[in-house]
Amino acid sequence: MSGAARIDRRFAALKAQGRAGLVTFVTAGDPDYATSLEILHALPAAGADIIELGMPFTDPMADGPAIQLASERALKAGQTMAKTLDMVRDFRRRDNDTPLVLMGYYNPLYVYGNERFLSDAKEAGVDGLIIVDLPPEEDAELCLPAKRAGLDFIRLATPTTDAQRLPAVLANASGFLYYVSITGVTGTREPDFTAVAAALENIRARTELPIAVGFGVKSPPQAATLARGADAVVVGSALVSAIATSLDEAGRATAGTVGAVTGLVARLAAAMRAEQGAKGS
Amino acid sequence: MTDTRPNSYAAGPDEHGRFGIHGGRFVAETLMPLILQLERAYEEARADPAFQEELDGLLKHYVGRPSPLYFAERLTAHLGGAKVYFKRDELNHTGAHKINNVLGQILLAKRMGKTRIIAETGAGQHGVATATACARFGLDCVVYMGEVDVARQQPNVFRMKLLGAEVIPVASGSRTLKDALNEALRDWVANVENTFYCIGTVAGPHPYPVMVRDFQAIIGREAKEQIVQAEGRLPDVLVAAIGGGSNAMGLFYPFLDDEDVRMIGVEAAGRGIETGQHAASITGGKPGVLHGNRTYLLMDDEGQITEAHSISAGLDYPGIGPEHSWLHDVGRVDYVAATDSEALEAFQLCSKLEGIIPALEPAHALAHVMKMAPEMDKDEIVVMNMCGRGDKDIFAVAEHLGVKL
Repeated sequence: MSGAARIDRRFAALKAQGRAGLVTFVTAGDPDYATSLEILHALPAAGADIIELGMPFTDPMADGPAIQLASERALKAGQTMAKTLDMVRDFRRRDNDTPLVLMGYYNPLYVYGNERFLSDAKEAGVDGLIIVDLPPEEDAELCLPAKRAGLDFIRLATPTTDAQRLPAVLANASGFLYYVSITGVTGTREPDFTAVAAALENIRARTELPIAVGFGVKSPPQAATLARGADAVVVGSALVSAIATSLDEAGRATAGTVGAVTGLVARLAAAMRAEQGAKGS
Repeated sequence: MTDTRPNSYAAGPDEHGRFGIHGGRFVAETLMPLILQLERAYEEARADPAFQEELDGLLKHYVGRPSPLYFAERLTAHLGGAKVYFKRDELNHTGAHKINNVLGQILLAKRMGKTRIIAETGAGQHGVATATACARFGLDCVVYMGEVDVARQQPNVFRMKLLGAEVIPVASGSRTLKDALNEALRDWVANVENTFYCIGTVAGPHPYPVMVRDFQAIIGREAKEQIVQAEGRLPDVLVAAIGGGSNAMGLFYPFLDDEDVRMIGVEAAGRGIETGQHAASITGGKPGVLHGNRTYLLMDDEGQITEAHSISAGLDYPGIGPEHSWLHDVGRVDYVAATDSEALEAFQLCSKLEGIIPALEPAHALAHVMKMAPEMDKDEIVVMNMCGRGDKDIFAVAEHLGVKL
């Protein structure tokens, strides 16, 4: 199945079910390769509709402390780009339906080599890319080549993206649009639900793309509230914080690490589905 | 080989903020509208005579410009070759070239209606300059500084606090300048409405590299006029130290199209390039993308940024301004490196022979002058940018020399 097909089919299915999807973010290789792979495999059954897998980077400027620490744990455990792509291959051997999107910063890809990266990611079973530090002004770098290679390039829209700028953000966007619900880095502020709802309405008037909302979503009730107006809700910092809390004093995974993530994913999914059930009835 | 020299070396960047493959605007979407707004505001200010007039007045009466061009007679005699001149930007208010740029950006911030200024700092010189200008104009000032640098630059931390700034120690990552920059960017993303990010060097997303260069170019414009007055001709060689590269860009820029003037940027070789413990992005790095621009960076094979090392906190950054990267690629400027111990030797020699205690940053430039001047003819001329004074460094130097204060 082609990359774009998995994302499109998943959003079509969600629409048919009348509910918003849950997008889960974890960092590849956090806290170590084997545990991270186990978490990845367990996410769909726990309730993840779409998987965002972070490519660790030393200097994640748009992320808060939780995700920066996750990157540091993964790098310390020896995570590399090749290993991240191996994880995706392994995941795809068991799951050919759940969309998987790689998220991260440009430098590790650029150093890996853009064309080589796109071809290896496509072959591994990646469906799309979210590269935080590649705005529309730099589309020639990776966005256009990615689309030629059959990978979606998922664009971020933010509270600072005004009406004048929105068309530029949407121009080469594909897969879905990621609405950043706060002005700030990941996992810090709480979203203003009224402002988010107004922004989504404004964006919907200008695109057919599904919209996922994320950056400040921590708890099941918040996810449920955001699910009302969005096609999907992204949760990241809360999940990597659950990993951090589960580790032993030396920073190693414990018997509770995988369960800490899947348990939270299940609670988030249940809260969102309950909200949508209530809306539907 | 085909001749690929541009018509002018001073025409960059292009409309995308590129110098060759370097530069650009690699920032998160939240910041993009601000970057574009800043670019428009800067273009308007640059074309406004009233803006330039206000800046010129401050540079004259508050900073003390023009800074002298000084013939280092005893050093010249000691080295036995080319005549060595110092461009004395260490005499500026706050003790370094940093204030030239900060005043320009603060006037721009005021013009844009911003009330809160944030900055990153390594050695503390840019932080002190920013805190100074904020005090002068009554603006809130927050300075991000890595925990490691806070510990080794205590006098500057105290200075910033005296000037009314809030200094926030950064505990993430390697706890040095690059992490302070990350935190400043995070602050900016979270406070886009009222906050102006005052970057201290010719790096970051467009328009910062060109804006900071323009504000620092007064160094080169003055030097050009002064050397012609003193010697009746342009110098043979310009030498400047390079961390991010703002003092070097400021000196070099007005001379870029004077083809007979050689230019040498001196990076920090730390404990030696071969040890891996250095801050020489061009000599020991490769092109990558960080902090909003493509440029030469220190990183591992996976594109993960590695820690820089230098005895000078002001050179301790794993990147360099994108215009320097381009000037290296096209061969207009030569980039070399000087080690910690070479800089220490130059620091002491300059103090004893000229009665000028240089900052550790220009001590790197001087270390290279000490290597090259003896090989040059006595009628040749070298102009070196003495971009900062060494008061802030005496504690660190004493420690390296095994002296207890």
